Amino acid sequence: MRCEELSDDLAATADGSVLLGRNERRHVERCLRCQAELVQYRKVLRAMRAMRTEVLEPAPGLLSDILANLEAAGERRAIRSMIQGHRAAYLGGLAAATAAGAAGAIVYANRARRVRAAS
Amino acid sequence: MPQDVAHLVTAARDGDRAAFDELVRATYAETFTLALRLTGNEEDARDVVQDAYIRAFRGLSRFRGDAQFSTWMYRITANCANTHMVKRAKHRHEVLDEANPIADDRPASDPQLQADATALRSRLTDALEDLPPKLRQVVVLRDIYDLPHEAIAAELGISETAAKVRLHRARKKLREDLFPRRVEEAADAV
Repeated sequence: MRCEELSDDLAATADGSVLLGRNERRHVERCLRCQAELVQYRKVLRAMRAMRTEVLEPAPGLLSDILANLEAAGERRAIRSMIQGHRAAYLGGLAAATAAGAAGAIVYANRARRVRAAS
Repeated sequence: MPQDVAHLVTAARDGDRAAFDELVRATYAETFTLALRLTGNEEDARDVVQDAYIRAFRGLSRFRGDAQFSTWMYRITANCANTHMVKRAKHRHEVLDEANPIADDRPASDPQLQADATALRSRLTDALEDLPPKLRQVVVLRDIYDLPHEAIAAELGISETAAKVRLHRARKKLREDLFPRRVEEAADAV
């Protein structure tokens, strides 16, 4: 087995997502180059994980910019929902008026039919 | 999720704007750190953070609360950073070429001398900045922020297979950058 064939699996082995087969393990146990590569991947991964707790301080002003943007977005949303509310009320009124008109027409037609039948 | 953050999330989801502002105060530095690591540029990172909080504010009702708020913010930030970088690349007419090799203009050095963890961390930060953006995004999200492949793929708009391939290439480049082979070793290998 050549080191190059194993190279792709070494990084994944370092983070535990891949387990080497018997032949590969045997090669790594005898090969200083692959062992060194594995150790290097482990060091890189450890250093990366340690970065997780590191917080980089932003330049002043970012927090106030974020809050100002949120304020503006909140206002836009309130205006939009108000407009939508007005639109809903208008459409609701229109629907109610149409329904009332239709009901009136039906009542009128029925009454006219009854009068015609009686005469 | 820390108790205070959980309370703030609940209150913010119920429409409490002050609670959402408090959430921003509690998390913005961490979100900025991720954005800076993804974009490699402070100005871009500031834009990404602002977009991310606007999206979070609009989408808070969809946050189920079974995940950590920070993880949810990481995903939103990753998505915003990706959108931002794609827009920027189009604007500059630059091609984000994954295959573009990164030249190592630093002199080869003895790996033994690089064993010190602090030095390694500082060099790692530089090496991350030197990675092509597409590789950097994946390795930062996976190896620093521990997001699963599935989430990374979803937020970056790529397949899981592509995410895994990029991760492998990024790790390889980082290792080669941090532990360059000595000239005589390279010659022996030929």
